[in-house]
Amino acid sequence: MQEGLDDGPDFLSEEDRGPRAVNVDLQTDATLQVDISDALSERDKVKFTVHTKSTLPNFKQNEFSVVRQHEEFIWLHDSFVENEEYAGYIIPPAPPRPDFDASREKLQKLGEGEGSMTKEEFTKMKQELEAEYLAIFKKTVAMHEVFLCRVAAHPVLRKDLNFHVFLEYNQDLSVRGKNKKEKLEDFFKNVVKSADGVLVAGVKDVDDFFEHEKTFLLEYHNRVKEASAKSDRKIRSHKNAADDINRIASTLYTLGTQDSTDLCKYDNDFPFSRKIEARVAADEDLKLADLLKYYLRESQAAKDLLYRRGRALVDYENANKALDKARAKNKDVLQAETTQQVCCQKFEKISESAKQELIDFKTRRVAAFRKNLVELAELELKHAKGNLQLLQSCLGVLKGDT
Amino acid sequence: MSEEREPPPLPGAAQTVFPEPQDAEDLFVSAASAMESPEAACLSAEDISPSSNGPRDDDPDDLFAEATEEVSLDSPERQPILSDGPSPAITPVTPVMISPRVDVFDRSPDQDEDEEENRDTFDIQISVSDPEKVGDGMNAYMVYKVTTKTSLSIFSRDEVCVKRRFSDFLGLYSKLASKYMHMGYIVPPAPEKSIVGMTKVKVGKEDLSSVEFVEKRRSALERYLLRTVKHPALLKDPDVLQFLESSELPRAVSTQALSGAGILRMVNKAADAVNKMTIKMNESDAWFEEKQQQFENLDVQLRKLHASVESLVCHRKELSVNTASFAKSAAMLGNSEDHTALSRALSQLAEVEEKIDQLHQDQSYADFYLISELLGDYVRLITAVKGVFDQRMKAWAKWQDAQVMLQRKREAEAKLQYANKPDKLQQATDEIREWEGKVQQGERDFEQISKNIRREVGRFEKDRVKDFRVVIIKYLESLVHTQQQLIKYWEAFLPEAKAIA
Repeated sequence: MQEGLDDGPDFLSEEDRGPRAVNVDLQTDATLQVDISDALSERDKVKFTVHTKSTLPNFKQNEFSVVRQHEEFIWLHDSFVENEEYAGYIIPPAPPRPDFDASREKLQKLGEGEGSMTKEEFTKMKQELEAEYLAIFKKTVAMHEVFLCRVAAHPVLRKDLNFHVFLEYNQDLSVRGKNKKEKLEDFFKNVVKSADGVLVAGVKDVDDFFEHEKTFLLEYHNRVKEASAKSDRKIRSHKNAADDINRIASTLYTLGTQDSTDLCKYDNDFPFSRKIEARVAADEDLKLADLLKYYLRESQAAKDLLYRRGRALVDYENANKALDKARAKNKDVLQAETTQQVCCQKFEKISESAKQELIDFKTRRVAAFRKNLVELAELELKHAKGNLQLLQSCLGVLKGDT
Repeated sequence: MSEEREPPPLPGAAQTVFPEPQDAEDLFVSAASAMESPEAACLSAEDISPSSNGPRDDDPDDLFAEATEEVSLDSPERQPILSDGPSPAITPVTPVMISPRVDVFDRSPDQDEDEEENRDTFDIQISVSDPEKVGDGMNAYMVYKVTTKTSLSIFSRDEVCVKRRFSDFLGLYSKLASKYMHMGYIVPPAPEKSIVGMTKVKVGKEDLSSVEFVEKRRSALERYLLRTVKHPALLKDPDVLQFLESSELPRAVSTQALSGAGILRMVNKAADAVNKMTIKMNESDAWFEEKQQQFENLDVQLRKLHASVESLVCHRKELSVNTASFAKSAAMLGNSEDHTALSRALSQLAEVEEKIDQLHQDQSYADFYLISELLGDYVRLITAVKGVFDQRMKAWAKWQDAQVMLQRKREAEAKLQYANKPDKLQQATDEIREWEGKVQQGERDFEQISKNIRREVGRFEKDRVKDFRVVIIKYLESLVHTQQQLIKYWEAFLPEAKAIA
């Protein structure tokens, strides 16, 4: 079972980064196991090593690895979205672009300011910034991995040819990122789609289940978006406070070494207690914020599914009307009939799989929230208890000292 | 959506009832003094020392009787101090600091003589309270009530209450500085003027920041007075006595920035700075050199620390606001979630986060009132200490100059002897005698100031360690409390999260 990240403190240390399925609960399936075994960060690109273990016949070997970049993941995702066959499934959301800009900037600034601080301070800050960089790196690897695992776990998507090519073809897929023209096209497509979406959403669905899901998802998506934004802001200020505390700790330490009084004993304990604050912020980020962000994307994907179904329904109804008209006029009846049949089939196919997908979505969501909330609470408790112990020992030292 | 942080609801008991004549600005008064209690209430609710209007005494007939309800830590803890004697060693930012724990650090085995003689008699308690706004518009000012309770004999009564305004405090400081600083005594500096803060108050803005400003100032004034009377020589000073006791004090106009005295002060400061650069002292005493260096370093570190703490206070306030808004959005998310157990868990999460936000807010108050203000005080105190060292340099320079003059007079006399002008000779001899006296005086002064400084610095260091230790302990305790509360909340939440099926 791909385990989530259990160990808070190790998060910031170098360790063997095993596969992490932080936000999803997936079943293992020996027939196809995918993970990202390694990742390299070059100037502005990240190269992921995708490692596959499979007993399926259509692969040439049982175990193999290829190197992929972010754009290729996006290509795979888009190919799913554009494939009509998959209209009835929730397409796993694409992983977000790796973004090291902020961290890189900070490292650069640190390098520039090297002259102005003591060697100790410099090395300490450098370590912290590097830890931060590492953390972002781990996160982006995890997101890409989760995407692949979701695809591999899906009964239909895992058989997709593009997916197999993605996993196996060990040369460059020569997928380029979209150029400006294509990005513009995408933009317009999105505008049209959202307008259409509003139209389609207005159509009342006969099926209660879907009607309920529609209203639910709409509201849920908005609320998740808001919660995600707020939690980001909260964690940012928490990190700011933790930064301040670190600075205070280092000043106290300098004070302690210069000062001849016994206050310096206290000064030595303080820094450790303060590192915990930073870890609390980091863990909250991991458990809560990432969870919300992921579900933001998932709920969007679910909404897309509903939209597609709604679209199919509208088409079906239109085809029905067209058929009736044709029958009334007794013109092009055969053509209208075939169109209607096609639409009918499409609609029913989508409806069938959509129902199951949405139910699965709910199950996954509940399980993921449960897991993360439990882990969040446990980590908070662990840190608070650790902090408490440190503080109490500090107090003991100070008070016992007359 | 930015949310206004309203002050928590006012507790029932508000200390707005005074026999004293109220001003026209009744509204402001009641709002101001009542505003102070929310901070007390919300802090006392969390068992963190309430930063209420200074130490309250437990006089039964007191106007503050009502207030003692909210300020839970009063009478029992008050007694130990009054009997414990000298230097409470605490700057009573919060009453709880004056707690039985003080016993632990009281007597260090080797005390100076003058401390010994004060031990049995040092028993004075000062509180600054009840800021009232007097006047209107740009001429308005705040008046504070200064209450002194003491059993010392130099005071005429056991308990005195007077009204003072901010410029009175500044006036007191400038008088004391001019009298004592050149002798090497470290005179505690008064709180700083703040044009922005005062203008807001004058204009009558009743928002949270002006209330906070008034509270900050009140607390700073109280600490200032306590530090001043802690100094054994200053306590006996007639100006201090007059300040604390007499009901009418001549208006200290010389403290205004643009007055004649103010300008003179600025000129003097500039002259001093120039002198400091030009005087090159032969330091024969390594102790002074070492101490000066030490204070320089301390100054730098404390300033850095102060800046970091202020930034922390700011960020923590921000954190508290953001946590509150996150709690709301989590609650909404819980509402829209259709899986009941998950929905309940999310609502619980929202509640936990809300409580945590309150915790953060309280913590930030503690950060501020305990640490940040103390650091600010000490930064200013160290400036005073450095000033005292400079005075010593000036004394030395004066002595040296006197010696140079003496030498010149002697040479002049020798020349006159050659030239054989008897009348001028007499004058020259007189002058020589005069300058000899001055040289001796200069040397004596220098020795005296050096001795004083040694004693003062020793006392200062002791006080500093005590102050910091007490404050740090208080602060750590507040942190411990926060962590304990956090543990409580998360432990309550965990089973809910696990119950999601």
